[in-house]
Amino acid sequence: MAVRSNNKFSRRSFLKVTGLAGGGVLIGFNLFSACKSDTEMPKDISELNFNDFNAYIKIADNGKVTIFSPNPEIGQGVKTSMPMIIAEELDVAWEDVYVQQAPLDTEKYVRQVAGGSQSIRASWEPLRQTGASARQMLINAAAAGWDVDPGECTTSNGVITGPGGNRIGYGEVVKDAAGLEVPEEVSLKDPKDFKIIGKDIRNVDINKIITGKPLYGLDYSEEGMLIASVLRPPAFGQELADFQKLENFDAIKKDHPGVVDIIRFENKIAVLAKDTWTAMKAKKTLQANWQYAGNPESTEDHDEILLGLLDGNDFQNMRKDGDVEKAFSEADEVLERTYESPFLPHNCMEPMNFFANVTDEKIHLVGPIQTPEGTANQVAEKLGRPLEEVHLEMTRMGGGFGRRLYGDFVLEAAEISSLAKKPVKVVYSREDDMTAGVYRPAIKYRIKAAVKDGKLTGYHLKEAAVNSNMYNLIPNFFPAGAVENYQVDVANYQSNITTGAWRAPYTNFLAFAEQSFFDELAEVMQVDRVQLHLDLLEKVKGSTDDRIQYSPERMQNVIKTVVEKSGFKNQQEGVYKGFSAYYCHNTHVAEVAEVVLENGQPVTKKVTCVVDCGIVVNRLGALNQIEGGIVDGVGHAMYGDLTFTDGKPESDNFHNYQLIRMMQAPKVETHFIENNLSPTGLGEPTLPVAGGAVANAIKAATGQRIYKQPFIKHLDTKEVIG
Amino acid sequence: MIEKPHRPNQAAEAAFSIQKHKIILTINEVEQEIKVDAWTTVLDLLREHLHLTGTKKGCDHGQCGACTVLMDGTRINSCLTLAVMHDGAEITTVEGLAKGEQLHPVQEAFIEQDAFQCGYCTPGQICSAIGLINEGKAKTPEDIRDLMSGNICRCGAYNNILKVVQEALERERS
Repeated sequence: MAVRSNNKFSRRSFLKVTGLAGGGVLIGFNLFSACKSDTEMPKDISELNFNDFNAYIKIADNGKVTIFSPNPEIGQGVKTSMPMIIAEELDVAWEDVYVQQAPLDTEKYVRQVAGGSQSIRASWEPLRQTGASARQMLINAAAAGWDVDPGECTTSNGVITGPGGNRIGYGEVVKDAAGLEVPEEVSLKDPKDFKIIGKDIRNVDINKIITGKPLYGLDYSEEGMLIASVLRPPAFGQELADFQKLENFDAIKKDHPGVVDIIRFENKIAVLAKDTWTAMKAKKTLQANWQYAGNPESTEDHDEILLGLLDGNDFQNMRKDGDVEKAFSEADEVLERTYESPFLPHNCMEPMNFFANVTDEKIHLVGPIQTPEGTANQVAEKLGRPLEEVHLEMTRMGGGFGRRLYGDFVLEAAEISSLAKKPVKVVYSREDDMTAGVYRPAIKYRIKAAVKDGKLTGYHLKEAAVNSNMYNLIPNFFPAGAVENYQVDVANYQSNITTGAWRAPYTNFLAFAEQSFFDELAEVMQVDRVQLHLDLLEKVKGSTDDRIQYSPERMQNVIKTVVEKSGFKNQQEGVYKGFSAYYCHNTHVAEVAEVVLENGQPVTKKVTCVVDCGIVVNRLGALNQIEGGIVDGVGHAMYGDLTFTDGKPESDNFHNYQLIRMMQAPKVETHFIENNLSPTGLGEPTLPVAGGAVANAIKAATGQRIYKQPFIKHLDTKEVIG
Repeated sequence: MIEKPHRPNQAAEAAFSIQKHKIILTINEVEQEIKVDAWTTVLDLLREHLHLTGTKKGCDHGQCGACTVLMDGTRINSCLTLAVMHDGAEITTVEGLAKGEQLHPVQEAFIEQDAFQCGYCTPGQICSAIGLINEGKAKTPEDIRDLMSGNICRCGAYNNILKVVQEALERERS
């Protein structure tokens, strides 16, 4: 049975169809908004213009389908999963679908952000509509040819079947279809009839990746391109005091053949050389003096300031239900705990880099960026040039994790190229990458709960964060709605250390804090920790509070399922289990971590994970995202730590900054809740849950509650061994 | 007080700085005569002089393993060794593993297990896995976990990479 679509995407202007000069048909569409109705479609795919449509489907005369997929790929698999959705509704065999990165060096791309686990969530409906509309037009063309009612025709794997045994392939009717009106209303498939969605589909770039083809920004080069290595202030709060270019330059050029130019811009100095090594080596010999223009901040300062904020009264209220103070004063018991997290660098495996060639005619930019549109705007503004002159091409990205939302390195490249009047690629060394920001900010939470007559009667969450506070939806996550007296307050301290989004912003640490707190609260209340969650969720059922973000039913379901699948309640000699559950990015997740003690050290051996993300588009890709999120969550909770002394980051490469390695990575067992609800985010939501599950398992194993990340630094291992 | 290092006169220094060293390397089965600076690492030689960008730069410290290649069948961090030290060596990079259209079994296993996300560490993981198999030390999954720990995967695809190596080891034994 098909589902008739009646939503806002059903309108003629949503997509446009045209016959191609070389045969076949081209369907242009806009993923996130209806495009202008007067937009012209190109007759030749070499003229594709991504200003008006941000994606195209080409159906060739032989029935083969090419999807020009424009979305940023940072390893989250949208370059595969988004075309899967189109192909499903178009009803073609996945083997006949070819996915092509939108052609480079033509017009400016207008593409959406890869971030916030939004890609699939935002485009699910438009993509289905697009595929279904194209399918309907092909049916209409075939039905007209046979002189039958389109309603009597069906499709399968790119072939239309009509009454009386008529059969015709898509390729044979594309020319006729191109002349038809785009249907106002189309039918979408019933999810039970899905043939591609929900299957294991391999990443479309896989062959290029495993054979080492140049896909990434760091692999990009152009004739005459110079490599720029940039000397930035060694500490946050510093600025360039003086730098004698001419004296220095001759000496450096002599010592380092290959150095072409040295350029001072803003607070930075760029060395331009013919190769990366020469540029980086020469940069190290630059003689520059730095002075503090702002506070030289150290980790001890941040600790003191943030704790001071938590102790103070200078908060902004985010949500207030009932009267928490009254609940505390009337409580039988009050539990108050403080949780502390460090700054974290993103440490994408591919260090930041970007190519820029700024000429009088245009600004050509190539590289890995999660926010191409916003970045192109920033470059135009910075160089005082019209946006039309900015041509930004995206490459595959060697990881994002939030870092590539910020185009600081693109601006550097554009500015250096503009000053040097040469094509340049800015390349960060690992040291540059780890010490130049942007970081996950240090945050502290204080949670206070009131218990009366065996019930949780009050809950007060306070956040003290560097630079910015939690976004508005978070105060409406669990346990909002489940506690009568509930309050969330935030405060921040403005630092000169640059901070920003880091995979699952705020929740990446908040989930650990709250889920550790609930584990301890259950002990104080002398109740079962799982039952405590289930009971609180029960109270939210039927709530009329439309601010509440999570579904209590879906949350209960993942919790009950993880308890069953992990054998959480079964005792196992030497294996200690920790439970945690969280909702973010529209996805409900519960995890159980299993910790054993090896040589007195807690080691996470396995994490069992239950996810409700609605319909799973690409099972293989989904499993990868889930496992990656958990390994990332365990790794950073255990080891991630960036400290500062006088504004200078104290780690700068992987010998003094620990990332989780294979020997430390837990096994992951994943279970999906099967339903037909629209798909939700997967790139982030399994990460926040992991820290709490591991911390609670460590408590079970060692008796120690850990209130600070990274765990490895704050766990008293002597006590464990003793 | 520490004595300043001796510095040759300017003319000698200029002459020294442009002197290149001739070496012969067999790279992906092609023997080549290459002129390199004394300080050029194998990684920079591959990426910037020979444009074999499949081998990745991740940390230049031998810590992340993204630059792993096979030298005479042994896995090495190509960022940690100088090209001039390897005159006569045979280097295989990720670009040289497939024989025509026929992928190396470890490459095939990477497809089978979908053992990557962003894919940046993948060439290093593949070369490291082949080197590990050549070493013949890994017997158990725990051995593999230990011996593959020189290669960081920031996306956390470790469990699938582990399956790749297990599968390849089993194929090797049979």
